[in-house]
Amino acid sequence: MRERQLRARDLLRGDLEGEELERHVEQRVVMTNFEKMLGWARANSMFPLTFGLACCAIEAPIALVGSPRYDMARFGAEVLRASPRQADFIILSGRVSIKMAPIVRRLYDQMLEPKWAISMGACSSSGGMFANYAVVQGADKFMPIDLHIPGCPPRPEAVMYGFNKLQRKIMGNPDQGWRQRYNASGTEEWARGGLRSTPGPEAAAAYERARGLIGA
Amino acid sequence: MPDAPGLELIRGEIEQDHPGAVLDTSFDREQPALMVDPAQILSVLSWLRDAPGQGYGFLSSLHVADYLPSRPRFGVHYELLNRERVERLRVKAMLEDPLPADRQLPEIDSCVDLFPTAEFQEREAYDFFGIVFRGHPDLTRILLPDDYVGWPLRRDFPVGGEPVTFTHNERRYG
Amino acid sequence: MAEARDVPSLSGQYGHSSDGTSGEATEVMTINIGPHHPATHGVLRLVVDLEGEVVRDLRPVVGYVHTGIEKSCEQHSYWKVIPFVERMDYVSYFFQMEAFCGAVERLVGLEIPPRARYLRTIFLELCRIHSHLVWLGTTALDLGAVSMLWYCFRERDRILDLFEMATGQRMHTRYFQVGGVIEDVPPGFETKAREFVAEMPVRVKQYQALLDRNEVFLSRTKGTGIVPRERLLELGVTGPLLRAAGEPWDLRKAFEYLAYPELDFKIPVGTVGDNYDRYRVRVAEMVESTRIVEQALDALPEGPHIADDRKYVLPPRSELSTSMESLIHHFKLVTEGYRVEPGELYYSIESPRGELGCFVLADGSSKPARVHFRDASFVNLQAFREMSVGGYVADMIASLGMLDPILGGVDR
Repeated sequence: MRERQLRARDLLRGDLEGEELERHVEQRVVMTNFEKMLGWARANSMFPLTFGLACCAIEAPIALVGSPRYDMARFGAEVLRASPRQADFIILSGRVSIKMAPIVRRLYDQMLEPKWAISMGACSSSGGMFANYAVVQGADKFMPIDLHIPGCPPRPEAVMYGFNKLQRKIMGNPDQGWRQRYNASGTEEWARGGLRSTPGPEAAAAYERARGLIGA
Repeated sequence: MPDAPGLELIRGEIEQDHPGAVLDTSFDREQPALMVDPAQILSVLSWLRDAPGQGYGFLSSLHVADYLPSRPRFGVHYELLNRERVERLRVKAMLEDPLPADRQLPEIDSCVDLFPTAEFQEREAYDFFGIVFRGHPDLTRILLPDDYVGWPLRRDFPVGGEPVTFTHNERRYG
Repeated sequence: MAEARDVPSLSGQYGHSSDGTSGEATEVMTINIGPHHPATHGVLRLVVDLEGEVVRDLRPVVGYVHTGIEKSCEQHSYWKVIPFVERMDYVSYFFQMEAFCGAVERLVGLEIPPRARYLRTIFLELCRIHSHLVWLGTTALDLGAVSMLWYCFRERDRILDLFEMATGQRMHTRYFQVGGVIEDVPPGFETKAREFVAEMPVRVKQYQALLDRNEVFLSRTKGTGIVPRERLLELGVTGPLLRAAGEPWDLRKAFEYLAYPELDFKIPVGTVGDNYDRYRVRVAEMVESTRIVEQALDALPEGPHIADDRKYVLPPRSELSTSMESLIHHFKLVTEGYRVEPGELYYSIESPRGELGCFVLADGSSKPARVHFRDASFVNLQAFREMSVGGYVADMIASLGMLDPILGGVDR
């Protein structure tokens, strides 16, 4: 260890030359590209959104983050953020009822890119055992889900394994918004024709009115 | 629980004050129940609560059951509890479903003034079965979205949900 | 507390604000709290009329986790209903199972063997401790005592270990069946349970040491959220909320069911009925439940763990290869299920939140015609308005924590 410290000091001073330098660099410096590093950083410091719906909420996030046994902090995801603006991913833990679905969608929309969604448990993945009028049969009916974790409720270890898979997914897919990930072009809520098109008639009238109001 | 003779005594005493209120009694599986005319439900409930010697002052539960296909269809159950003697008594009011042509909902008087605990429970009964409780301060949907159409827990309302896609019906639903 | 001002109450309406009267520049703001909120226990939405920090009116909006369980129950045979009803109040799942199984057993006239009664009592009380631990952890978290969460969940994991040992699942174990329990406890269960029982009172003392003399906790909970006892009874509130107000009403003592008549335990009762009393009552209940589990383990009789009536109970698997009749019973029970004579029954037990009642209407077929749960949280939520109006928002959050609503039970 002392030897490495001395060599590192020499490197910084500019004293290492030639083969010693090569060997030192090989041992101590990792070469990667920027996306991979970004992906690694992003994956290991995810802020989950506190979102517990039903039974799965007791197993995670509470039992995952709030329990000394299954500790989510070792993966960097212990900071539960209550505001969707500050959260990276949402764990849909529990059954999504028809009254709650628009609210979940609104929360997901309020989150900033890049964002991911984990559907935990059978109920949010597919409606679970509740095949009736009140439960949305799978949260991916109305929002893109990146990972489904089966179980009713899944064990905290299962959620951790799922979270690890999500981390690998994040590390592999640098900087993609969910629309690129799922080929969901055309779902943007702006001008009718797409990203850089001319606005439709109602939108144009609204812009005119707004411009008039601010005196532009 | 008041036993079978006790139940008949209660019926007799109610008959004196409110004739024609109690239609029937039943003592099935050691649970006493009074079948009551829905128009007089409030007088029966207040009698059971206030008459000396009765004291059924705690409404444990107010719920509705749909007895389709038998008519009258809706049974509004009031589970009363006398906490001093630790006795339960059930009061049932059977409501007829108005003909679809009338476009009306079955109605009964609300007992929120007698038992304030009934507020949420009557809203739930309205939400699930469409039974209107006259005099309720705020009879709106409580558990379903406000704009939901239909009364889900009626027996003729479909369960909903989706068919599960197995391999044999994959092409049809997949 | 602010003095009473002449501000009109806006009960029953929301979505607009009004100015204060008598020339004071106080404005009543209508604010929406939830359904996604870190301090509401579950998806509860509160529409609150606030005047500064004082709550003038409050309207809870529920239904965000309504699952249509009661409708689903009508589509499945009786034993398949058990996993459905478990998932209503999702921290006290054994209680829903007991309410439903007890109701069906009384409908059918089935007597459960003594060992099953004691086993059910043990699991019910363990589940009560579990529910109170979850409550304590999350409520203390809401009030700011963040580290309580970790301590309480450490104990909760030990209870879940016990559940997993006996049933294979941590939560939603479908352990109770009509007639008894589905399986006997494995050999190491009693030892592990006794270890837990020996350690639990020490842990409870640790929790009390953290909270009982904590000035912030005391000032937030003492004297807040008081509702008089008679009003609570009118509103149908039961459970620790009622007991904290001074009414010694507990269904375990009132209606004797399972093994409770044979066990010796006390009912903790409060005096004032404020949030501090509710906290003390629940913590004392944890200790009493530990005693109940210990006594039940001591008194656990030998014998079958489920009733013998083959019409309603599955025969043991070892018999299936030798007895034709058992095979037929097994087949009938698993495919169609048993039929229950027409009738209706209401059966209620004491869940950690209050009176949990189950109403089952049988129409003679193998599926129940109506299953309704009188959930304690649903009825207790009506008291929330009275607890909070006139107090500060912070007291409202404390009251909400002490009210202990579980929205799965409220919404079903």
